[in-house]
Order: sequence, then C-alpha cells, then structure tokens
Amino acid sequence: MNREEDISGKLDWVAVLLYIGMVAMGWLNIYASEYDESVQQTILDLSLNSGRQLIFIAASFIIILAIGVMDMRFYETFAYLFYGLILFVLILIPFIGKEVGGNKAWIGIGSFGVQPSEFAKFITAMAVAKFIGSVGFRMDNLRSQAILFGMIALPIGLIFLQRDFGTALVFTTFVIVFYREGMSPFLIVVGFCAAVIFVLTLLVNNHLYLYAGIAIVLGVVIYLGKKKIKRIVLLTLGAVIIAGVIESVDYVVHTVLPEHHQNRLKALINPDAYPLTWGWNVTQSKIAIGSGGFMGKGFLEGTQTKFDFVPEQSTDFIFCTIGEEHGWMGSLFVVAMFITLMLRVIFIAERQKGRFARVYGYGVAGIFFFHFAVNIGMTIGLFPVIGIPLPFFSYGGSALWGFTILLFVLLKLDAHRGQMLQRTG
Amino acid sequence: MNESRKDIIQIVFILVGVIFLIKLFSIQVVNNRYAELADGNVIMRQVEYPFRGLIFDRNQKLIVYNTPEFDLDVISKDIRKFDSAKFCDVFEISRSELRTKFKEMKARKEYSPYKPTLFMDQLSNIDFARVQDHLDEFPGFYIQARTTRAYGSAALANALGYVSEINKDQLARDKSKVYKQGDYIGQSGIEAFYEEPLRGKRGVRFKLRDVKGIEKGSFNQGKYDTLSVPGKNLVTGIDITLQQYGEFLMKGKAGSIVAIEPSSGEILALVSGPSYDPTLLTGKNYSTNFKLINSDSLKPLFNRPLMAQYRPGSIFKIAQAMTALQEKVINPDTRIRCDRSVINCHGAHSNEDLRGAIANSCNPYFHNVLRRMLNKGIVNDPFEDTRIGLAEWNKHITSFGFGNRLGIDLPNEKGGLIPTPAYYDRAYQNRPWKFSNIYSLAIGEGENLVVPIQMANFAATIANRGYFYTPHLIKSIGDDGKPLPAYTERHYTSIDPQHFAVAVDAMQKVVEEGTGQYRARLEDVIVCGKTGTVENEPPLFDHSVFIAFAPRDNPKIAISVYVEDAGQGARAAASIASLMIEKYLFGQTKRPHIEQYVLNNKFE
Repeated sequence: MNREEDISGKLDWVAVLLYIGMVAMGWLNIYASEYDESVQQTILDLSLNSGRQLIFIAASFIIILAIGVMDMRFYETFAYLFYGLILFVLILIPFIGKEVGGNKAWIGIGSFGVQPSEFAKFITAMAVAKFIGSVGFRMDNLRSQAILFGMIALPIGLIFLQRDFGTALVFTTFVIVFYREGMSPFLIVVGFCAAVIFVLTLLVNNHLYLYAGIAIVLGVVIYLGKKKIKRIVLLTLGAVIIAGVIESVDYVVHTVLPEHHQNRLKALINPDAYPLTWGWNVTQSKIAIGSGGFMGKGFLEGTQTKFDFVPEQSTDFIFCTIGEEHGWMGSLFVVAMFITLMLRVIFIAERQKGRFARVYGYGVAGIFFFHFAVNIGMTIGLFPVIGIPLPFFSYGGSALWGFTILLFVLLKLDAHRGQMLQRTG
Repeated sequence: MNESRKDIIQIVFILVGVIFLIKLFSIQVVNNRYAELADGNVIMRQVEYPFRGLIFDRNQKLIVYNTPEFDLDVISKDIRKFDSAKFCDVFEISRSELRTKFKEMKARKEYSPYKPTLFMDQLSNIDFARVQDHLDEFPGFYIQARTTRAYGSAALANALGYVSEINKDQLARDKSKVYKQGDYIGQSGIEAFYEEPLRGKRGVRFKLRDVKGIEKGSFNQGKYDTLSVPGKNLVTGIDITLQQYGEFLMKGKAGSIVAIEPSSGEILALVSGPSYDPTLLTGKNYSTNFKLINSDSLKPLFNRPLMAQYRPGSIFKIAQAMTALQEKVINPDTRIRCDRSVINCHGAHSNEDLRGAIANSCNPYFHNVLRRMLNKGIVNDPFEDTRIGLAEWNKHITSFGFGNRLGIDLPNEKGGLIPTPAYYDRAYQNRPWKFSNIYSLAIGEGENLVVPIQMANFAATIANRGYFYTPHLIKSIGDDGKPLPAYTERHYTSIDPQHFAVAVDAMQKVVEEGTGQYRARLEDVIVCGKTGTVENEPPLFDHSVFIAFAPRDNPKIAISVYVEDAGQGARAAASIASLMIEKYLFGQTKRPHIEQYVLNNKFE
C-alpha cells in the first residue's frame, strides 16, 4: 500500500523540526562548553565532545531510518521481550559494567561505552503501554495497579543498584501516564506530600518541631471534622505513619544514600554552606547562567563556560552554556522549544486511536518532562544535582540514541495511526 | 472520562516552564550579583609594581638599586585540596607558623576571600626557585614579583633611609590615595623625601583565568590595563668613596662628618656615627632587624648630621668676629688683653689681634668682643642696651644659616637655636637679664645650639667669602641631569664680603701655627680650619669639633666634624677633617700615622 511505503507525508514535521533544531543547538553548545581559544580545534575535532557528538548524531539518523523501515507492529509485539531483555542486562551490569563518574552504569564495547539504563526508558514505556493497552485492562483493578508499579519498580531498583540515582528516579515519571489512564490522583497527592515532608525533614534539623507541627495539624483536623472514633483513629494512624516516614527519610538520607547524593541534597537546601565542595556545582552553575544577562555574552564568549568553572558542562550542565552565552532570551527559546515539543507529543498521543500508541506517547512526554524539569531545575538551583541529561542537548551517545528512539518510535506509530484504526476496528 | 486530565498535565508542563523562566529572569536579568561573581571568577587583577628609581653618587657609581623579591598572595576562595603538610614542607615553615599566617591574613582589613591577599612576603630569589615548581599544587596561591632595595655598599644608611610596608597611620594620612595596604613606601632619608619621583607609577593588568587559575589572556583586549612607569633615578652629590672613608674613620665613635662642595652646596659626605648596614632593613628580616637597631642605646637611626643639636664651641668665634667687624665694634687690628680673670683660656698668648685671637682661640678676646656688640651704649639702661645689641647680633648670626632649618632635602632636619631677646625673656621669666648673664654665647657655649650640617655650611660660607647654597644631597632627578632649581640660589650673609678675608687668613693661621697646626695641616694644599672644644658634663670628655675648607683659594670642599666625648677639637675632629680633605682632593691619604691615631686612639 502507498501509505506504508511513504510515511514522509504522514510524518509529524513539527516534532521532527524541533528534534533537528534541538540536536543542532545541542551540538553547537557542546562545542562552546569545551571551546578553548588558545588551542586550535574545530567543532569537528574528534578529541572534542562536539566532534564525537556529530558521530552520535549521524548514528541517530541511521537509527531513525531503521525505525522508519521497521514494521510499526514490531514494537507492540516485542515490548515484553525487550523489557525482559533489558532487565536481564540491568541485572548483569553490576558484574560486567564499568564505572564512569561514580556510577557503575556502563557496558563497554571496545573503547565505546553504552548506558543500558538510557534504553530502559523507552522499553519500559513500551511495556507499560502494551500492558495498559491490552484487552480487558482496567485501571481501577488493584492487581493491575500493582503490576504497573511493579513494572516501573523493577528498573528503578536495578538502576538504583548501579548507584545511578538520577536515572532511577526518571521512571517515577510514569505516574503521569497512570494518572492520564485513570489512576486516582490520591496517589499523586500522597507522593507530593511525601516529597514536601522529605524536604522539610532535610530543612528542619530538630524533628521535635516537625512532630509538634504534625500534632497541631492533627488536632485541628480532628476538631474541625466529625468526632467519630474510627476517623480519629485513622487520622492518628496517618500522623504516626508520617512521623515514621520522617524518621525513615532521616535514616535514608544519612545512611542508605551514597555520600555524594546526601551532600547534593544538603547543598540544594543551602548551597552557600558548601560553596567550594558540594555546593560548587550549583553555585558555579548559577553564576554562569546568572552572568548571561538578558541577551547573553555571545557564542563562544562565555567566560565561565570557556574556563571550565562549571563541571560536566557538556553533559549534565549544558544548560549553563545556553544561559551564559545566550542569556535569558536563549533560555526562553530553549524552554519554549521543550514545552512545545512536550505539548506536541501529548497532542500526537491524544490523536492516536489505539491505546498502546497513546499510552506510549504519554510515556514519551513524561520522560521528556522529567528530564527537562530536573535538569534545568538543578542548573538554576531548584532541584538537587541529580546527574541526568537534558534531552538532545547533552553530550552522550546513549542518551541521544535513547531519546531519539523514544521520539521516533512515537512518530512512526503516529504516521501509521490510520492503519492502527483498521487493525483494531 | 479522563479527557480533562490531559489538560491538567499540559498545564503542569507549562507551569514548570514558566517557573523556570521566572527564576531565570530573576538570576539573569534582575540580580546583578551573579555577573559580579562571574567576573570575580575569571578576572584576575595583577598589579605590576614599578621599579623604584636608582640612586647614584656624583661619579655615576650606583649606590642603591633593586633586587627581585617575591610575595606569596592567596585568593582564599580558590584554595582547594590544601595539603598543609606539603605546604609547610615546600615553604619551609612550621605548622604553627602556617596557622599564624592564616590568622594574620584573615585579620587584614582589606581581606576578602575573592581578592588576592598577602600571605607570605618577601621570599628571596632562592626561596622562589624552590617554591616555583610546586606552586601548581596549591591552587589559590600566586606569586607576586616585586623588588626590594639593595645597596652597593654599607655606607650612607641614614641619609638613604629605608623602605618598608606602609603603616596604618601613613595610610590614613595619604590623601593621594596612591597607596594600598601592603605597599612599600620610603620611611626616612632620601627614600622618604624623594618618595614621589622614586616610586614611579603602578600598573594594573586584568587577566582572565580558568578554573585552575591558569592565565587565559587579557580581559577586554587589555582595554583597562595600565602600564607601570618606573621611578626616576636620582643623582646625588655624594662621593661614595669619600663617604665610605668617613664611615671608616668614625668607626667606634659617635658624631658626624658633613662635607660640602662650597661652589654648589652639594653634600659630598654625610656621615652619622654609629651607623648600620642598610641591607638589614630590607627583605623578610626587616622587622626583627628594625627592632634591634631601634633599641640600640647608641641610636644608629638617629641621623646626627641633621638632628643632633650641639653647642658649637670655639668654631663660633669666627661668626662672632665677622659680626663684630660688620658692627664695627672692632677692626682686624684690634688687640685685646687675654684677661683670664673673667673667663678661662688656654695656650701661651697675651695680647693678640683678631687673627691671632682666632688662631689661638682666645676666650677673653671674644668675651670682650661680644660685650662690645651687646652693650654699645645706645641707651643708658644696660638691660635695654643688651636687648638691642642681642637682636642685632642675632640677625647677623642667623644670616649664616644658624638657628633655622637650612632646608636640606632630608626629613627631620633640626634648626638649632640662636637666642633672641624674647628667648631670654622666657628663660628668665621676665626677670631682667644683661650681658653678664649670657656671655657664654661669646665662645659658642651657653644657649647656642647648632647642628653639624650648619657647621659645614658655615665653613662653606666662609670658603665662598660670604654666601652659601642650601646644602642638598640630590643634584638631579631623572635622566636630564639638570640641577634642581631649589638649590641654585645664593644665600648671602649680612656681613660685607671684604670681612671674610680676615676669617680666611685667621683660619689658615689656625692650621699653620695655631691650635690645629699639628694634625690639620696638609703638605700640598692650604687648609683653612678652626678647632672647637665643647664643654661636656664631667666625667665625660669634651666634644671635639673642627670645621675647615680647602684649598684656601677656589675651595673644593668644606667640612665639619663633630666627635662626641673625644676631647679637644685639635685631636679627633681636626685629624678626621684633614684626612677627609686629603682623601677628597688627592684620592688617597699619605699620613698613616694620623689615620692610625684616629682609628686607635680612645681620646681619653
């Protein structure tokens, strides 16, 4: 059939153009972050990250072509198989992986390394989509919910074992998907409250204050509502659980979390207390971005960028380069691009007739959102420093390929949405 | 049923984007602090200290020059992974010294963790060579090169003065705002008086640096950089060989030698005994050495030629003679009996004329002369008559440069004292006084106070037959060699020039047949001189004084020598003066016995 042979007409060019724009801007900013005027190196120099990133970009186009020629049913069909495979690889990593930058998340292939956890993202998205899209799935079924949480808990646990805390957290973003597909918002509210309590626990040193606060809130709530024994017992139980959470947070923060994560959390709350050590990244990152002003210092003119004041600037802190060299206008442009892309992805997801494609689309949007929010949030001091990349901008082959596959599988499904209707209809 | 949830999700996405943009706007556009911090990160302010001007002697010999020295500065916010054990090793200091250094650094008023602050000062060349290779192991520490003073010889310390870190008072008084804490400034002598031309102008360079502190070129293409301008060189009138010889002769003695070229007022030698080695007051041992020198009971930092106010003794008789001739109370042939009942005298003479009285330093003669000057009988009241006479006398005496500061180009010059009627009114608390109360003035005792440089200037005035140039150390500033206009003006005395012939004759006679004949006379040149023996409190010996000039005609050198507690002027002072003259005029001395006499004799 004609439609199957030529998908270009059906391809969502808005998303594609955004993708190309972001990858190109990312590439230029990677060069800027490493630029050293005293050394004669071009953007193509393979000893620079920018040179290698171009190779990764070229490889991405090959991947896109491969996705294009692959049958669109392939992903749904083999979703569970891929999921099983990636879990297997993640289990193996602690034994065969090599350590890079404090995280043992890499598998070496020759001189290259790939990060399986990057690929686990889109695979989990597919598996979740397949499960929700399966015949007879009901979100209000407690067993279904348990399976869904299990599906994201497995990769979280395995990646957590690699001490790659940031990537593990990415999988919590599937809550957005569950919410869209009908899960009660109660869980999200609980999660949000847990986060607030978590931060409060870190902020307030003396837990007696927190307990006093809980007791007051408890008293007020009991006093205002119906004074039934059952309600009072339930509320009190809830308060005790919260107190338990506080203690366990304290325990987690001080004993379970690796020291560099502990310190990053502390630095988030009070970066000025550790300006030279744990607060260094955040402090320098804010200085770089903050010094950009309204219009920025100009391409290759960022002093903080050029002179390496921000660590890991071509990867996790790539946004500093944009903020410093292109100012608020550049930041606005990049933020706008991301918002546009995410809204476009939701728009694409919503126009799918099949549930698999729609759920997968929300998975894509959720993953982009999490990366966008956490990455930029950490560079401007709104989030702790969690090492996750900014999609399409940050240097790194695995991340770029992971995000490329994530997006283009959706675009492939979208291009064939008419056929999907035929199939299900 | 879940259609509305897509909107909620989209709103959350947009909301997060908006929050980011607001936060970004606040740190990028609203808040300037980050831009400043960024500049603080990358911009390094490098001060380029200018070379301090050099100081030469009259024969282009280098007296003072600069030698490199290194300060260790620190920007404390840049310190990372500081290994204190290694640091102590490399810089050869103890742990406790290191702690003190940190405390001192933080105590500095201008201390800021973002700015370079002095950490250790004055590392020598050798220290620097050792430390240099390890510097990159201590991020945040920087070497700041500057120079310290070095000296061609140990001579002339008091006249040259010294350079040291500016102190708080000076910093507070500095209206020019040129100095900053940690800067060096001339503290005394030439270094202080000529601080402005010597210091030059500081340069500043704004350099960029990366996170490791490595330089990355200049900021804004060097738009804000200024070059340092080296200080101007000074040429002194000092003959450093003569100066060294003078200090050699003064070894173990307290006192001073001042030698002046009469035809220009240039100071040829300015010896203050005891002296010190100027090198002691440079480098990192400055403060220890300063305390040591400053607490020495013989006061080596006391610049005697300018600051020691002595009674002049018999050399003053020449000034009395000139004044009396001018006032016409005597003439050169006036003979006065040596009546030792009013005032003591010495030597065998009885009824000398003026020249003979000077040659034999006859006390009764000048007692009589002063009486004639002070009591001229203008009014009948002897008290009032003395007042009138003293005022006249004071006018003439001060015209020789006595009683006021001469205005030499060194700080802390003293003016001495020539009494006025008002002075005695104060001294006698308005009780009446007359000649019989103050006659000690006649022989240079009493209330007269004169500093050695005024004595030498007095000798030069006689050598010039009636005028002097303000004595000065510096002939010219910079490379143009032009004499300084302040010192080209002749100052005439109130005495008519013809009277000076008598003084010259008499002083020749002092050396050839009078009190100075044995040790002051030179074979090949006519020396004119006058001895002085200043009364001292027993059991201390009298002070030994001599002034002289030579040759008699067209004099090249005028000199004063004052040796404390060394007895008669004809002994130590006359010997030293004649040796100095001999050395200056002929380049060497041919009288080892006189030299040995000066060096070995205890003058007891």
